[in-house]
Amino acid sequence: MISVVLFWVLAVAALVFGFLVFRLDSMAQVTFALLASFLAVAGLVLLLGLNYLGVVIVLMMVIEMVIMAVFMIMYMMNPAGLMPMSMFHNAKGSAVIAGMVFVALVAGILLVDWPGRQGEAAPDLTFALGEALMGGQMLTMMTLGVTLFATIVATVVLSTNRGRYDRFGDDLDRDVADDPAGGGVG
Amino acid sequence: MTLELFLLLAAGLFAIGLFGALSQMSIVMIMMGLELMLNGVIVATAAFWYYVAPGGTDGQVLIVVVITAMAIEMAAGFAVATAIYRSRQVDMTDDAADLAG
Repeated sequence: MISVVLFWVLAVAALVFGFLVFRLDSMAQVTFALLASFLAVAGLVLLLGLNYLGVVIVLMMVIEMVIMAVFMIMYMMNPAGLMPMSMFHNAKGSAVIAGMVFVALVAGILLVDWPGRQGEAAPDLTFALGEALMGGQMLTMMTLGVTLFATIVATVVLSTNRGRYDRFGDDLDRDVADDPAGGGVG
Repeated sequence: MTLELFLLLAAGLFAIGLFGALSQMSIVMIMMGLELMLNGVIVATAAFWYYVAPGGTDGQVLIVVVITAMAIEMAAGFAVATAIYRSRQVDMTDDAADLAG
């Protein structure tokens, strides 16, 4: 009974806050509306018994959205939302496409004869997940690790202002780096 | 609580995110739309794990993959936004339409 009430509260919260992301004017409010939507979804994941993954989502999204808030305020023209503004282009066409996708998904959800529950959940789900990631799903875990490392390299390369080619020339053969201000002890 | 209700919620989140990703002008807001779409995928995956195949761990592993994809998407998106803003002071998609058509 409590879980049913919780489901409806969290589901409505996830949808309403998700909708508010594109309705609010202030960038800070937008970021925290998205965070609220994520937290509601994390609550639903907890409700389904996936304790570890629910907590991971909460921790990751709180940090991610706080960092995102900094970037939002940095890049947006109206960070405080003091003046109402429109940030849409082709809102009508986008709404039509999104509506059509939603209708198609709902038709699929309601028309498909979903299979019943098969198998029993492991007594310790976190242990089972860890065992899978370190065993049968090792390749998945390794791929994720390499992809994350590639992301670190790519983000640093993309966002750096002056790279080694700016400092040491196109052939990297300059003896002293061409820096605007000298640093270190030299 | 049924599988259908969870999937309907996932479809709603996905559609809202899709609307945002298509309609927003700011690059950062488009990333928010993408994150909302992946949010719906998390709900659907957790529901499928619980209601269809709770015996296996594949559903849980898929959620781990989706969470990682969200983190990578945000980091790479901000790096691209920083790079294009640094070189051309562009933060709107309409100003970065070089490859259109």
